[in-house]
Amino acid sequence: MSKRIELKSLDVYYKAFLAVQDVSMVIEPKAITAFIGPSGCGKSTLIRTLNRMHEVIPGARVEGQLLMDGEDVYGPDVDPVRVRRQVGMVFQRPNPFPTMSIKDNVLSGYKLNNSRMSKAEAEEITEKALVGANLWNEVKDRLEKPGSGLSGGQQQRLCIARAIAVEPDVILMDEPTSALDPISTAAIEDLAVELKEQFTVVIVTHNMQQASRISDMTAFFNIAGSGLPGKLIEYDKTEKVFSNPTEQQTEDYVSGRFG
Amino acid sequence: MTTQLNSSFRGTQDLPKWLSPTLLVSFFLASFGLQVLIASDSDSAEINFIPVAIFGLVGFTVAIYVISRIIEGVRKATDRLVTIMVSTAFSLALIPLLSLAYTVVTKGVARFDAEFFTFSMRNIVGEGGGALHAIIGTVEITGIATLISVPIGIMAAIYLVEYGRGTIARLVTFFVDVMTGVPSIVAGLFAYALFVIFFGPGVRMGLGGAIALSLLMIPVVIRATEEMLKIVPNELREAAYALGVPKWLTVLKVVLPTSLAGIATGIMIAIARVIGETAPLLLIAGFTASMNYNPLNERMMTLPVFVYTSYANQGVDMQAYLDRAWAGALTLMLIVMVLNLVARLISKYFSPKG
Ligand SMILES: Nc1ncnc2c1ncn2[C@@H]1O[C@H](COP(=O)(O)OP(=O)(O)OP(=O)(O)O)[C@@H](O)[C@H]1O
Ligand SMILES: [Mg+2]
Repeated sequence: MSKRIELKSLDVYYKAFLAVQDVSMVIEPKAITAFIGPSGCGKSTLIRTLNRMHEVIPGARVEGQLLMDGEDVYGPDVDPVRVRRQVGMVFQRPNPFPTMSIKDNVLSGYKLNNSRMSKAEAEEITEKALVGANLWNEVKDRLEKPGSGLSGGQQQRLCIARAIAVEPDVILMDEPTSALDPISTAAIEDLAVELKEQFTVVIVTHNMQQASRISDMTAFFNIAGSGLPGKLIEYDKTEKVFSNPTEQQTEDYVSGRFG
Repeated sequence: MTTQLNSSFRGTQDLPKWLSPTLLVSFFLASFGLQVLIASDSDSAEINFIPVAIFGLVGFTVAIYVISRIIEGVRKATDRLVTIMVSTAFSLALIPLLSLAYTVVTKGVARFDAEFFTFSMRNIVGEGGGALHAIIGTVEITGIATLISVPIGIMAAIYLVEYGRGTIARLVTFFVDVMTGVPSIVAGLFAYALFVIFFGPGVRMGLGGAIALSLLMIPVVIRATEEMLKIVPNELREAAYALGVPKWLTVLKVVLPTSLAGIATGIMIAIARVIGETAPLLLIAGFTASMNYNPLNERMMTLPVFVYTSYANQGVDMQAYLDRAWAGALTLMLIVMVLNLVARLISKYFSPKG
């Protein structure tokens, strides 16, 4: 499954501070959408509204509409916990659960929710998710070892395995490779491209080459000055944004003239 | 090129490794010899070791500082000086500790025998007898106090760290602070007053002692647990939320297991803190020479109170009472030591492995 996400004039606040203003866009299913823009323009803030992680921060709130396959994510009777089960997330810094083995980390989406499953099922899910995250060959002999004993790149792929194990519709990645070396980065980029066969993938990145290499659509955000809200400047096919952008700001940013 | 690089990194000459310990020993020997001379000159044959230590140390410090300053330069000389000061402070802090352990062990072994652990003091005047009744009482009373304090303490800490916002949380924190400073005798009086309401004046009960101890324990458990929960990285909570795990399950299955080792250590320290309490137990649990396994009925002896009463009410055979008191103190110290060991083992086995 893979879902289309529609943002309709979304405003995102931290208490009284408007961090992101008036974003309207459609994120296509079975595609990779990249969020780019200078630091502080609200990319992380916006991506966290897509799975309602934003409101975990005290005083944080969202105005406007967010639809997922037509369903209002911020509707009055929507349970944020259920939204998050359908929208997986990978963070900037790998954060496997330190008390759990590699296998339990992969299964954590089930185990932490007290879901019962047979041993065979558990093994099947573990293998499928680890294969999906390109990690199976490296860890198949040490599934019972702690997840924090892996290298940074392996840990990040473990976190991806953990996210895809619960079979979400959407995968959000906030700078998933910024803490990794080029080889691990390449592995994760390949993985993202494979994941879009099944999921809607949204990725925040500071790496312009990465955005142009792997994404289908690119959204450029910018901020007019500190204390001002971030805005969506341009959203288009990736080739268009990088080769022939409509806005001067986008041109300046992708050509490396600022940011 | 290489040689040049090397030479620009090379400092001044180092003092040989053997110099410092040799100097230390020789200055102490010299200082000791001086004292012997002085002692033989004057009438007193006593050698006072305090001036020996002071002169030895000061002489050594001055000598090594001057030598080091000349040969090694200012930075290393200062380093040596500060090292000496820190080590001296550490040794000073260690002296009372070692001397206490030594005294308790040497005086405690006299009655640290099988009888001590198998007999109560019922019908015993003079020699013999034991502290089994007190050991049982201590184990039961601190056990019950732990059973009361640990759930309350952990849950209060979870509330403060994970849920508490605004006025109520600040109020709870304030009262925890106040409770931390409550003198133990006040806790005993409180437990006594509480039990008087239900059982009338003059009540004595092991349970009352447990209540008094738990009053002292709860703030310690809350504080320790709070600190441990706070250092669980927020990223782990977010990782769980992002998997669609509700908050209460996140706390139960991610936050608590991650901090379990630290919490267990905190609990052990809290137990060690109250197990030696005497005043509140004297008030509400009272003292007795007989076995009493029932904390809901009548007086109950505990080890600290046993030590106190043995010392306070020495009978005709004074030494027998004193020996029992020291043996009781030794037992108490060993129990605390075992608790600390258990805490270490727990934190070793439960802490997240990397
Ligand atoms: N927890 C928070 N509370 C208040 N303000 C916040 C919080 N987190 C972020 N902000 C503010 O929101 C704005 C957008 O921040 P955000 O982290 O989304 O930027 P970003 O585009 O992800 O930057 P970067 O590329 O550096 O990660 C910034 O002005 C930031 O100071
Ligand atoms: Mg960010």
